[in-house]
Amino acid sequence: MYEKDGEKYFVVDGHIHFWDASPANWRPGQEQYAKGWIECFHAYMGLGPPETHWSLEKFQKYSEDDFVHDEFEEAKVDHAILQSTYLKQWYTEGFNTIERNAALAEKYPDKLTVNGRWDPREGEAGLAQLEEDAKRYSLKGCKLYTAEWRGDSRGWTLADDECKPFYEKCKELGIKNIHVHKGPTIWPLDKDAFDVKDVDHAATDNPELNFIVEHVGLPRIEDFCFMATQEPNVYAGLAVVLGGLMYARPRFFSKVMGELLFWVGEDKMLFGSDYGIWEPKWQIEGLLNWKYPDAEYSDYPVPNTATMKKILGLNAAKLYDIPVPEELQLPADAGTPAAQEDAQLVETA
Amino acid sequence: MSPQTRERVLGELGMVYDPELDEPITDLRFVSSCEVTADGDVEVRLRLPTPQCAPNFAFLMAADARAAAHRVPGVRAVTVVLEDHYTGDEINQAMARGEGFVGAFPGETDDDELAALRGRFQRKALVARQAEVCEALLETGVAPEELTALRVAEVPAGPAFSRCLELRRELCIAADPAAPAFVRADGGSLDASELPRWLRMARLIRTSLEANGGICRALLAARLGLPDREKEIAT
Repeated sequence: MYEKDGEKYFVVDGHIHFWDASPANWRPGQEQYAKGWIECFHAYMGLGPPETHWSLEKFQKYSEDDFVHDEFEEAKVDHAILQSTYLKQWYTEGFNTIERNAALAEKYPDKLTVNGRWDPREGEAGLAQLEEDAKRYSLKGCKLYTAEWRGDSRGWTLADDECKPFYEKCKELGIKNIHVHKGPTIWPLDKDAFDVKDVDHAATDNPELNFIVEHVGLPRIEDFCFMATQEPNVYAGLAVVLGGLMYARPRFFSKVMGELLFWVGEDKMLFGSDYGIWEPKWQIEGLLNWKYPDAEYSDYPVPNTATMKKILGLNAAKLYDIPVPEELQLPADAGTPAAQEDAQLVETA
Repeated sequence: MSPQTRERVLGELGMVYDPELDEPITDLRFVSSCEVTADGDVEVRLRLPTPQCAPNFAFLMAADARAAAHRVPGVRAVTVVLEDHYTGDEINQAMARGEGFVGAFPGETDDDELAALRGRFQRKALVARQAEVCEALLETGVAPEELTALRVAEVPAGPAFSRCLELRRELCIAADPAAPAFVRADGGSLDASELPRWLRMARLIRTSLEANGGICRALLAARLGLPDREKEIAT
């Protein structure tokens, strides 16, 4: 629970990592990519306040003590959701696999949730693995990377027929949150890996599932917003918007937040620090201190305490059935919903 | 001849746009060096915010930079080098062989899709730039009905509107003096009644482009240890 100016906030950090990108884990022959990847992430850390920057060495592999200190002790995060990212083509033991995340989560069962993954191109074997993972780790969510390269395939989309059995399997197993990485990526080469149209299809066809678009489709915020207004089960994951813009580009940050509050609305925005790229505390503090800089922003929705309570934790707690103490909850009718605009994609704008 | 030629090459590079951000690569500080020999051989080196920047856009910028340098009279051979990028070798070698994107990544892509991708972003940029011009005109007291009735020749000249016309020509949308001043992304006409909503959407596209550009600039500055000259003062 984070406390500020007498207000108490239940905090769910919806998007965090516990990775090992140390040189010992670089796959022989792939060192340049393993090194390049983590150094790219480290450059992102440079967008946060200088006093929160780490050395590259610590950044490559931070300890459990660092994690506990930064998430639970400093930022007072009540619950955090570990996303799994494999990248086994570059890292021998994987970047942050479900096994690595689960080993940490086992020690803090009330405070950590582990998300799994699936890939429709794995077919029957993938379905069996998902079932096994779901049972072993009590999965409630999965994180998907549609742009991942595999054999001859240059990525896939959520609208592919091969995904259908996986959605059905998720429903059967009680996995209701599908996080989709729509943000900076590697492959495929020619297509736009940030395209969010496939989320639109999948969300319409599977109203029982929630689709959380991580990084709000940055750098395609507009496509994401136009789509999210029309789909009640599409959510905005704020990781990177907060860490990447709030400190480095405060005016753009205000605009992006204003647009998200207008199009997507406070009921569908989820806090995520993207730890270890950025520590959560300055992001929580910054969000609670945030105001529009001047009159140029006057026609964006103005957030209040209820808005912040929802974004920081209550929205995610609802999606993940995380129990929230009575005193930290909000009355059912608090806050303001988003504008219900019938928007259209840019092709016809 | 080289100092003058170098200036002209740099001038041409200033008209090469990052296809995703719709900003000149020189403003974005992506051109790390530009050398011209006494014989007119040019070497342009490009650096991007991260080694993992999308290869498709990286290729488009490298190819456009090469074409831009060739436009300068007196220029002989042009070498464009993409520095410190994870597909830099493939792209540099394909450029040296005079091949396209397919040449860089045989069997993994096709040029038509790359062209379609570029077109899609040009349409986004067109909407965003037009809205910038529209907002400025509305502020001077032009009524929405007057605005949507304007012809190209009637809009005061300025960099944003010039860019709109450039984008329209590249997208094969009429841009002659008698053509409508403002059009939808697909080239269709814009009605005064839909202007407020269109502007709202256009502003969102612009915010997206600008926020992106902001991240790219900040990343490049952080990675190279350059002073971040675009850094805003926190309010």
